[in-house]
Amino acid sequence: MSGSVTASLKQLWHKLGSPRWFYQITRNWVRGFGVMAAVLLLVGCIWGLAFAPPDYQQGNSFRIMYVHVPAAMVSQSLYLGMGVAGFIGLVWRMKLADVAIAATLPLGISLTALALFSGSVWGRPTWGSWWEWDGRTVSTLVMLFLYLGIYALREAIAEADLRARAAALVSLVGTVNIPVIKYSVEWWNTLHQPASFTLTEKPAMPAEMWLPLLVMVLGFYCFAGHNVLSRMRLEILRREANTRWVAELFAAKSVPASITKES
Amino acid sequence: MNQLLQRELTATLRTRGSVTNPLGFLLLSLLLFALVDPGAQDGHNSYLSGIFWVLILLTNLLSLDTMFRRDFDSGALEQMLISAHMPFVAVLLRIFVHWLSSGLLMTLFVPLFGLLLGLQTETFLPIMLVMVVGTPAVSLLGSIGAALTVGFSRGGTILALLILPLFLPVLIFGSACISAAISGLSFAAPLTWLGLFSSSSLLLAPWATWAALKISVEMQ
Repeated sequence: MSGSVTASLKQLWHKLGSPRWFYQITRNWVRGFGVMAAVLLLVGCIWGLAFAPPDYQQGNSFRIMYVHVPAAMVSQSLYLGMGVAGFIGLVWRMKLADVAIAATLPLGISLTALALFSGSVWGRPTWGSWWEWDGRTVSTLVMLFLYLGIYALREAIAEADLRARAAALVSLVGTVNIPVIKYSVEWWNTLHQPASFTLTEKPAMPAEMWLPLLVMVLGFYCFAGHNVLSRMRLEILRREANTRWVAELFAAKSVPASITKES
Repeated sequence: MNQLLQRELTATLRTRGSVTNPLGFLLLSLLLFALVDPGAQDGHNSYLSGIFWVLILLTNLLSLDTMFRRDFDSGALEQMLISAHMPFVAVLLRIFVHWLSSGLLMTLFVPLFGLLLGLQTETFLPIMLVMVVGTPAVSLLGSIGAALTVGFSRGGTILALLILPLFLPVLIFGSACISAAISGLSFAAPLTWLGLFSSSSLLLAPWATWAALKISVEMQ
């Protein structure tokens, strides 16, 4: 039994080396993630903004949580994912790894910025200031800089293969460092409330409050899946623009080939 | 290995500017801080420990930029990567020599800076100890960025953007140590963390630097 599982996993691993296979298999995933994201985000927003009870201390301002917490969680997961992609790219030289890093960067940067912005808006009524040099705020800001560093590095290298390897290396180094940075910054100074969700403990909030949050978190993850996969597919088309399967794809759909001409 | 070390040391000693200029920068920036904040001279300013480490990090950034550049331009770096039996050791030696000429050298100048800033003479030894423990991590992590950006014509800003966030733990634990030392408290706990950070960098960073150098050499 376990032998056949390993065999099929191995097969999947080899298939992942083929951008064409990835492009075809993810067509339905993108759609699925998109629909789920739309439904979950709509339900989560209405539930969280209109029906969840106000907080006994923070009043209605706590509702910023429904954007802040998912944005922070997904931006961290995306960074972690980029580190994993970097490792795969360095060790197995898989082309898709760099496609994944390139596709993750824009969303990762925007969500980190969103987490910082929404945190700042939330901090004004609860902590009394727009910006506090609090441990978790600073570690999120540092993550934004790490994201921007990889982005700047990718912009600076013209040759595709070397750009891929350099970005993979920096993603990996950043991911190894992030726990250390996070720990040291939190040790330095923290004002922030502890994480809203942990895998091991029951949330401190009542269910009417955390259920919409859970829906929003899932919705953000689905949106991230949709966004990253769409970007990856577009990037694959750009990179493989000169191959036969892309030409056939466009011939079959009679789509103007202008988007593939850019690179 | 001895020959390799000797070669690196000779090369560093012969380009005196790359060693003395950062030191001059450090001294000059201390002067600037003393000018804008006269309170910094009485040795009890709470910013002092932080400013000290920030300046050390920035000074290191300056010397990191030239860490591989000359050998990269002359092609010696490529030869080193091709011919070295143990690339890990070759890279480590280069980082070690950089540390000798930056981290260790700055440590030796601590008494001078301490006198300028009006620190108690008893605190000099603890500060030097903290710097000996903390600065290897700066050279080690910095070498990754230096290796990646050596091929860029203007790598300095990208180097700063890539590497400064990684220096945060050194800054935090290092300045915690120094401010504790200045107030005469025990700083064993942050010093241990600093040592842990340096030694784990020693274990991991040279591999990343080696990989980065290979990328840069191919870019040439």
